[in-house]
Amino acid sequence: MSQILSPLPGTFYTQASPEEPVYKAQGDAVAVGDTIGLVEVMKTFIEIKAETAGTFASYALESGAAVTAGQVLAELTE
Amino acid sequence: MTMTIKRLFIANRGEIAVRIIRAAKAMGITTIQAHSEADADMLAVRLADEAVCIGPAPAAKSYLDIAAIVEAATRGKADAVHPGYGFLAENAGFVRAVEAAGMRFVGPSADTIDRMGDKVAARQAAEAAGVPVVPGSKGRLEAVEDAISIAAEIGYPVMIKAAAGGGGKGIRIAQSEEELRKMAPQAQAEAAASFGDGGLYLERAIQSPRHIEVQILGDGERAVHCFERECSMQRRRQKVWEEAGAECLSEETRTKLCQTAVALAAAVGYVGAGTLEYLYDSVTAEFFFIEMNTRIQVEHPVTEMLTGIDLVQEMIRVSAGEKLSMTQDQITRTGHAIEVRINAEDPLMQFMPWPGQVTALQIPQGDGIRFDHFLYEGYHIPPFYDSLIGKLIVHGKDRHEAIALLKSALQGLRIEGIKTTIPLHLALVDDNQVLADDFHTQWLEPWLAQGNLTAQTQKGEIQ
Repeated sequence: MSQILSPLPGTFYTQASPEEPVYKAQGDAVAVGDTIGLVEVMKTFIEIKAETAGTFASYALESGAAVTAGQVLAELTE
Repeated sequence: MTMTIKRLFIANRGEIAVRIIRAAKAMGITTIQAHSEADADMLAVRLADEAVCIGPAPAAKSYLDIAAIVEAATRGKADAVHPGYGFLAENAGFVRAVEAAGMRFVGPSADTIDRMGDKVAARQAAEAAGVPVVPGSKGRLEAVEDAISIAAEIGYPVMIKAAAGGGGKGIRIAQSEEELRKMAPQAQAEAAASFGDGGLYLERAIQSPRHIEVQILGDGERAVHCFERECSMQRRRQKVWEEAGAECLSEETRTKLCQTAVALAAAVGYVGAGTLEYLYDSVTAEFFFIEMNTRIQVEHPVTEMLTGIDLVQEMIRVSAGEKLSMTQDQITRTGHAIEVRINAEDPLMQFMPWPGQVTALQIPQGDGIRFDHFLYEGYHIPPFYDSLIGKLIVHGKDRHEAIALLKSALQGLRIEGIKTTIPLHLALVDDNQVLADDFHTQWLEPWLAQGNLTAQTQKGEIQ
């Protein structure tokens, strides 16, 4: 099990826009560099990318939730 | 009809909320500060007489929620609402909701906002008032030959836009008829593909323009100007450094420019503080109206330093139905003022936002130095809103002295715990082109791309 952390405080989104599908769903393969979500900080959207490969397990919070720096955004299984 | 504003509701946050509270307090007005759940400990809440939570952190559910704001202002027995800038400041629906609830809106009427907020209507109002606009086609163009004949009238280079478009998509610049013949069909095809409408719009392309704007004040019957500002130093269309006045203008051009602004403000019966934005072609010394902002602007302090007028107090007075407290001949300009925007961003990392806790704060003091901000030691800057955290403003006897004062003030400004754009401004005050007032709206981004900021930092000129 590995975790993807937010590098910044802000608002977390699991999809690029409300009309788009979520970046990852349970069971999806995750490669290094895959975008798994966005963090909006001061009106700027930062793409959150996986730093390890694995299989997507779940998001740790809902889209639109406030996050702090270092907070867990998603979990992967090996 | 005149009324006295006794209780002012501030529907904004950050430094402008602090600025409005200071103006209102000086006038003996009780202040009621709106805030989101994320802003409960902001400086404006601490300074205001009263504060009320209007919703959760996301602006859509707080500072942009018209119903929540009007309800909170009504419950707080406010008799007027100040919108600041951004958020709902230019939302005619908000103005109507505030007025329907029996309160004054500190700004122009909803109809004026509707009219001046519509680019086509604003352009027509400007033309009717004799204000020069960027020469362009009267309406949409369907045929390439029509574009060719219009371009011959307005002069090359021309900018080709999709009539249905927006946001810069599909814009092309043709330097000659030959280029226009090639580009017009491409632009039509792209417009049809993007917007389902192949109609084009043509206007003169102003190369390397300066952004110059005029501050106006109106009471519905009379309008005055408070001279101009030079705001060409921009990154991604965001102003980063603003001056009053614009040294590049001759006295004759300045007079003409300001007179056109007053003519337009008077023609629309403007109430409050407003700004007319122009593009200025320094080669031909021509200016062209582009749009009007019907609110107080971020960079209003440079005008206040130049003229000694308190723009925020004046807009509150005229919104209460009073007449302007000054005539045009009483408004004079002294020296030169510069404002730099201090953002919570790392200029050495592509201006990545950098909110956090202000662990130490040292503010420069002295004659001609002003720092408008909302910080205090220990304050956590929330990540949910704009990155502007303060504005350092200086006023010197001339531009040269103002820049020297700006440099020493920047060296005396310490905001610890976060990253800020102070290093950018320290590099700009030493740049020869900046010192020579030789820049335009397209200047800063290439300057950054060339590594000027990094190079100076590595030389150790900036600590």
